[in-house]
Amino acid sequence: MFSPSDILTIPLADWVNTLVRDWLVPNFRPFFRSLQWPITQVLNALDGFLNAVPMLLFTAVLAFVAWRTAGRGVAIFTVIALAFIDMIGLWPETMTTLSMVVTAVLFCTVIGVPIGILAAGSDRFQAVLRPVLDIMQTIPSFVYLVPIVMLFGVGMVPGIIATIIFALPPIVRLTNLGIRNVREDLVEAAQSFGSTRWQMLRDVQFPLALRTIMAGLNQTLMLALSMVVITALIGAGGLGLTVFTGLGRLDVGGATAGGIGIVLLAIILDRITQSLGEPQRMKKTSLRATFANLFSGGRATRPTEA
Amino acid sequence: MQDRKTIKVAAKSIFKVFGDTPDAALRLLRDGQTKEEIFETTGNTIGVQDASFDVGEGQIFVVMGLSGSGKSTLVRMINGLIAPTSGQMLIDGTDVANCSDKVLRDVRRSKIAMVFQHFALFPHMTVADNVAYGLKIKGLGAAERRKKAEEALGQVSLAAYADSYPDELSGGMQQRVGLARGLASDAEILLMDEPFSALDPLIRRDMQEELLELQRSLKKTIIFITHDLNEALILGDRIAIMKDGRFVQVGTAEEIVDQPADDYVAAFTADIDRSRVFTAGSVAVPAEALDIRTDTAETAIARMEALGRDALHVTEGDAILGVVAYRDLSASLREGADDAVLKDSMVTDFPKVGRTTQLFELYALAESGLPIAVTDRKGKLMGVVAPQDVFAKLATPVAA
Repeated sequence: MFSPSDILTIPLADWVNTLVRDWLVPNFRPFFRSLQWPITQVLNALDGFLNAVPMLLFTAVLAFVAWRTAGRGVAIFTVIALAFIDMIGLWPETMTTLSMVVTAVLFCTVIGVPIGILAAGSDRFQAVLRPVLDIMQTIPSFVYLVPIVMLFGVGMVPGIIATIIFALPPIVRLTNLGIRNVREDLVEAAQSFGSTRWQMLRDVQFPLALRTIMAGLNQTLMLALSMVVITALIGAGGLGLTVFTGLGRLDVGGATAGGIGIVLLAIILDRITQSLGEPQRMKKTSLRATFANLFSGGRATRPTEA
Repeated sequence: MQDRKTIKVAAKSIFKVFGDTPDAALRLLRDGQTKEEIFETTGNTIGVQDASFDVGEGQIFVVMGLSGSGKSTLVRMINGLIAPTSGQMLIDGTDVANCSDKVLRDVRRSKIAMVFQHFALFPHMTVADNVAYGLKIKGLGAAERRKKAEEALGQVSLAAYADSYPDELSGGMQQRVGLARGLASDAEILLMDEPFSALDPLIRRDMQEELLELQRSLKKTIIFITHDLNEALILGDRIAIMKDGRFVQVGTAEEIVDQPADDYVAAFTADIDRSRVFTAGSVAVPAEALDIRTDTAETAIARMEALGRDALHVTEGDAILGVVAYRDLSASLREGADDAVLKDSMVTDFPKVGRTTQLFELYALAESGLPIAVTDRKGKLMGVVAPQDVFAKLATPVAA
């Protein structure tokens, strides 16, 4: 039976090997290494901080944040979930995973929001960007783990870089979408009063797109959490490592515990970030008013929800 | 009228072509091809063709046309939201069709404000912040912005809503906020793109009156876009009727209703309320009056017969004393009073209106059967409206 490979075979694997091993790695390794520096700084600071904060204090703060943003139910859930994680003995791992995820999401935001804004302003850039984002989202993450290890080494930071590659597209896409979806006549109104591009972005487009951008942030965060176990393959720690180790030793209990930890963390972060995207006005009751309500014993004045 | 005022906005042969090859389309247009032919051969849409107009300071210039007539495109070319394909748009002498971004921004900040059909209020800002938006862009401080915003809101009687959000307001209130936003920036030129079209009819009437009321004190130069001829006639000092991107007719309300340029305009004017367009001045005939000091009953009768009128006003100098009717005079003469004086048959309670009084207000006055005196501001007799002429004007059929 005839097949095209009888005429020509393409040694793609060899080419990629040559490209990465013989050209990229020797020539650019220092450059890629230097890219790690800001991530390392942020991660170390965050990891050190989160592991130093006493469990009860952290729980109290996160529960408070959850209460202010997502309401009482989420706050109660946060307390119970974090207590459970502590009781199954995975507190330090959870904090490490949290610092990894937060670092990755932070860099995704810093990189992704400006790219999304640029894409919203230029159809041509959007056309170029789109296939790149498609590739980032569809390419299996195992494929780029190898070059990442070769260029960045193993450990937490290369894990975060892999996470950034995987989790970046939603925030770029939704920033682009959010800004493009701002009502045309509002943009015209801003223009007609003589706004510069920056003024328009700051005063009109960005605030009105914020809801969509927050939805993108939420998606990015969830994708980052889903990379936790995969990054353990290249030496990242935390809950992912717990699951990975369990997998290696056929320790079903350990893997389950780690998995539950990830799920609980995901639920808490998801609920909080989701409610950040909701219209802020209805939540603008000041803290003092809330306390006043709390102590007067009734939910007498709740601002009208439009 | 026009020459004595400063020209604030002047459009000189403005063309706008939407599409990939506007220059080719423009050439075809100059060769005399129609909009449809050009669309078929080049795929370009002609938005506006050869629009030229001047708007003087303090005037309301209304552009009236149906959807797709290019009126919204035209108004957006005045403040550069859309760039014309060719032509000049002079704002106080600055050509905004051909200038740098910076100059355009300066013109927008200092000279032109715009009010939008769907209000275009920023939903994330309070009413006061919306109104002060133009001032913020200009870099004014927070305190001054607030003060000016409250002033502008006061003008549209919404001062109490400064800290509300737009979605808490009704449509009419929202558009008053839109208007206040236009007023706050102290721009002399106000562009209004179908500002009242999205409102209920009753509220629309109120808003039209409110706009005219404001205009009396503010004297802005307003370019008002509408698809409603009645609205155009009520508001416009001058009206341009637009069709397929070109002006079909430009003129005052009376000119448009009285002498429609073509069948298209005539069809529009067919069912409008003529009594609200025409004024007493337009149906008045030149004043002929009797002088109380020189005229007698006989001379009065002779004058009336010569002029073919039923009644004449009696004046003393510039003052109108009353009106005498032919019927009364001849009756008193017949009664044998040889020395019948005008005074005896003079009616002193006579109808009197100003030149700009609209015809519908004359209905009640015409009922008395006496001629209606049209006077100037000082009370001097300028002309006379015969009662039957009021209704004759309303009945004038549309030129077919």
